[in-house]
Amino acid sequence: GSGAGVPGDRPGVPGDRPCPRSHPRTCMKCGQGTAALVIRVGDPFCRGCFREYFVHKFRAMLGKNRVIFPGEKVLLAVSGGPASSAMIRQVQEGLSREAAKRLRFVPSLVYIEEGAVCGQSPEQREQTLAQMETLLQATGFPYHLVHLEEVLGTRVLQPVQHGRPFLQGGCGQLHPAAAAGWGRWHLCAWSQRPGQDSRTPGTPRLPDPAQTQELLRAFEAAGTATAREELLQMLRTHLIVQTARNRGYTKVMTGESLTRVAIKLLTNLSLGRGAFLAVDTGFRDQRHGDVMVVRPMRDYTAKEIAFYNHFFGVPTVIVPPLFTKRREKLSIHQLIERFLLGLQEEFPATISTVYRTGEKLSPEPAKASSESQRCLLCLCGLDIEGDTSPSHCGTAGAGATPQGYPSGW
Amino acid sequence: SKISVVHCFYFRGGAELLFDGVKKHQVTLPCQPEPWDIRNLLKWIKQNLLKERPELFIQGESVRPGILVLINDADWELMGELDYKLQDQDNVLFISTLHGG
Repeated sequence: GSGAGVPGDRPGVPGDRPCPRSHPRTCMKCGQGTAALVIRVGDPFCRGCFREYFVHKFRAMLGKNRVIFPGEKVLLAVSGGPASSAMIRQVQEGLSREAAKRLRFVPSLVYIEEGAVCGQSPEQREQTLAQMETLLQATGFPYHLVHLEEVLGTRVLQPVQHGRPFLQGGCGQLHPAAAAGWGRWHLCAWSQRPGQDSRTPGTPRLPDPAQTQELLRAFEAAGTATAREELLQMLRTHLIVQTARNRGYTKVMTGESLTRVAIKLLTNLSLGRGAFLAVDTGFRDQRHGDVMVVRPMRDYTAKEIAFYNHFFGVPTVIVPPLFTKRREKLSIHQLIERFLLGLQEEFPATISTVYRTGEKLSPEPAKASSESQRCLLCLCGLDIEGDTSPSHCGTAGAGATPQGYPSGW
Repeated sequence: SKISVVHCFYFRGGAELLFDGVKKHQVTLPCQPEPWDIRNLLKWIKQNLLKERPELFIQGESVRPGILVLINDADWELMGELDYKLQDQDNVLFISTLHGG
């Protein structure tokens, strides 16, 4: 109607659902455009206002936190998924703005190819890789392709000869499901060592099948879906940070959405990673020392991202999730996702409430613990002040320190 | 009785993996005395298009939480959700925002 935009005029009551063709709802922002989606709890936005809102939010997030400097080399971690693809688009938007509002950092991209552990055949991996290269090339930014297998070459993942569980309880009081099966593997910390170069673009070729087999054996050895999920996340992070370090990037941007952050908060609580909630989900993550990881997409819901990508033609590449074994229990990650999204359906403020609760967390407690007591996998300080008994801290107590391990660890 | 009409259904964000990887389905819904609404459409999709593991797409009479529905490129929350009556040439898009499982 012509009186659209008057606050009292907003239909928002459940059950009040006018036929869209005869009475389209109008945008709550401009009061004129036809609403295209509902964001937050019941706010209808038209496409134009939604785009403005979305693009502004990225700039606001970076402006508020002030951690990226003009001219700084920033590595964007992209998976082909919706959130990181939308993140690339926001950086492109930011770089093409008029001078006063322009983003001034220098972006590159890194893609970690994980097909080996997602049940993809070599052909499927080649295909995904080709799609990803098309996506990466189209951005015009420099990019790095890294195969998950490369963690083997960098000695992050090393088999253990003697059967002592090395990582048991590595992250404070790690949930048993997350640690299951890791006893057979050392994960050597590599934060100080110069690693190998990642692959150069232009020649999409898969790693040696023997390496793929070795990687798969490591994942098979992780006895539960939960353990594999954690293992993948941590190895992926190591590769991303290592690529940044080797190539001289001082900042990494990752694309966790608000929805993903809320799921991670509850997942980590369930996994016994409560002490690291802030560092695992906050805007800035400084656990890696010389490379800071930031999460500029954590203010966007998965819904906002999906609509943005659809409306504005952001390309994505779909990769199947981590493989599952027959008749295996779902991972805690999957169960929490299911639980939280189900709750959100009944109580639409759930996810934003969980997220906002996370905003109140401070990374200080984890930082306060001794530097010499860090988890080899997640690199968080162990929250076990003064207690080095094997039952609490496998990393210090198992006596299985691998050769060449940096002193002080 | 109503004339059957052609609709397009699209699946994105990984939802297509449940439909043999096919992203676009052009479908003529059978004639029925009542007009088709989204509620009936989901039942029909479950019976006719879903190739495997329907629980990953349907929950109860609706889509599984985490799957977004767009009717003619607009959020179905603006359109009456399950009660929306399908009209000639409508297209319906399902986008999964789920990670796995």
